[in-house]
Amino acid sequence: MMFTDFFITIGHRIIACMIFFGGLSNLAAQTVYLTFKPPYKWQRIFEQAKKAGNESFPIVALVALFIGFIFALQTAYFMQRIGSEIYIASLVALTVVRELGPVITALIVAGRVGASNTAELGSMQVTEQIDALETLATNPVKYLVVPRFVALSIMLPVLTLYANIIGILGSYIICVFKLGITSSMYMNVTFEALLYKDLFTGLFKAWIFGMVIALISCYEGFNVEGGAEGVGKATTRSVVFTFIMIIAADCFFTALFYFIFP
Amino acid sequence: MIEIRELSKHFNNHQVLNRLSLNIEKGQTCVIIGRSGCGKSVLLKHIVGLLNPDEGGVLVEGKEVAKLNPLELDQLRSKISMVFQGGALFDSMNVADNVGFSLIEHTHITQKELSERVEESLHLVGLGGIGNLTPAELSGGMKKRVALARAICIRPEIILYDEPTTGVDPITADSINGLIRSLHDKLKVTAVVVTHDMKSAYHVADKIAMMYQGKIIIEGSAEEIQASQDPVVHQFINGLSKGPITESIGNSR
Ligand SMILES: Nc1ncnc2c1ncn2[C@@H]1O[C@H](COP(=O)(O)OP(=O)(O)OP(=O)(O)O)[C@@H](O)[C@H]1O
Ligand SMILES: [Mg+2]
Repeated sequence: MMFTDFFITIGHRIIACMIFFGGLSNLAAQTVYLTFKPPYKWQRIFEQAKKAGNESFPIVALVALFIGFIFALQTAYFMQRIGSEIYIASLVALTVVRELGPVITALIVAGRVGASNTAELGSMQVTEQIDALETLATNPVKYLVVPRFVALSIMLPVLTLYANIIGILGSYIICVFKLGITSSMYMNVTFEALLYKDLFTGLFKAWIFGMVIALISCYEGFNVEGGAEGVGKATTRSVVFTFIMIIAADCFFTALFYFIFP
Repeated sequence: MIEIRELSKHFNNHQVLNRLSLNIEKGQTCVIIGRSGCGKSVLLKHIVGLLNPDEGGVLVEGKEVAKLNPLELDQLRSKISMVFQGGALFDSMNVADNVGFSLIEHTHITQKELSERVEESLHLVGLGGIGNLTPAELSGGMKKRVALARAICIRPEIILYDEPTTGVDPITADSINGLIRSLHDKLKVTAVVVTHDMKSAYHVADKIAMMYQGKIIIEGSAEEIQASQDPVVHQFINGLSKGPITESIGNSR
């Protein structure tokens, strides 16, 4: 008996998963189509971009700075033993620009902006505001999802760029003021290590993460059921799924770039 | 104008509409009464295409709503307004933007014309001059009236009212009834009014239809309804707690 229950549970999970990805791809297709279909409402895109930027920039900056500090100190521990402190600069630059910058930024934005998107759209859903939009001959995907989608796919690379600079600055502070590396030496090593390729693959990933955050958060918002409690549950689910999808997409694209741009 | 044909709809094993049929003529005000939870809001949502029927369908101006493509549906919706039971005002915007939403989104009228139209609609519901407030600053009854103003602002041919007088004081309720009546008399608007409020029903109706167990069990003028010998109808319109509706098992929903 327990055995069949187990398979039934697995079956339900698989079906739920398929419904989720089916619904998400459907929303993605509609969003992309409606993004390119006129009329274009720049005003709303701008509002969303401003909101996303304002909400996330301070935290992104703070976290990036700490990551820079921590990373420099942790690598210093080993690099000092083999007498190659100067390579801290290149190690930090590469890791931050290729990996930590985009991923940390995406996780923060998912927690701030993604969660608030789900909560906002979810409460609009339960109070019938989404139905009201439809009866006012306005497509909710065009009106609500497209601005968030475009805003996040622009803002994520921008915020990532800031995170990169601030992260490297954090490590610079430790190396120059604590480990006695000269400023010019640090800068030289950093720019020698970094290739355009590194920057672009990082920003490309950030762009993908931005779209993932916007789509999952809006999808979860639209599919809220059951009042305020439902909004809370959907918000949690939205953040968790976004985290998983960001890490999975990161793994996929990192592997892809590793093989196509060796 | 609105023709509901054998409409059926269920949600999770619960048959809400069961082969329901109803005709509403152009310019007519039809009041739909029925117990809470009997599916009145669900019926209205089928008329604007927010829900799709399991079987049967709704024809508006001869066209089946569920079979329209998105463009045709938008065209239809620019002629129909719906006043939601809870108002469904957009709480990210102020009252004026809510009321003028359709005009802002779908037309190119000037700022001056827009504010005139908005103010005019707000005046009709007795709320002139509150355009700058946000929905959060309004009382429940005011929200309802702003929703009404949003519905009439596009000058629709058909208005669907979901309990327009529930939750407002009797004086305001009477003025809302007066408004529904005058839209009917002056602008020949076709209206479907869902209500529990029998006083309001008698005031505005050309025709009253009662929903029970997923069907329309009686339709007719206010006098015909009042004169009905059907015990179910009698119990409902007189608001009696004892009678066939409460006795039959399985209708507690
Ligand atoms: N989206 C939905 N999902 C599941 N069940 C629903 C949904 N919408 C309505 N129902 C069910 O359909 C039934 C009728 O609901 P409806 O809102 O139409 O009632 P109503 O007649 O408008 O009641 P009231 O007068 O209280 O507004 C209820 O039992 C409700 O639980
Ligand atoms: Mg209702």
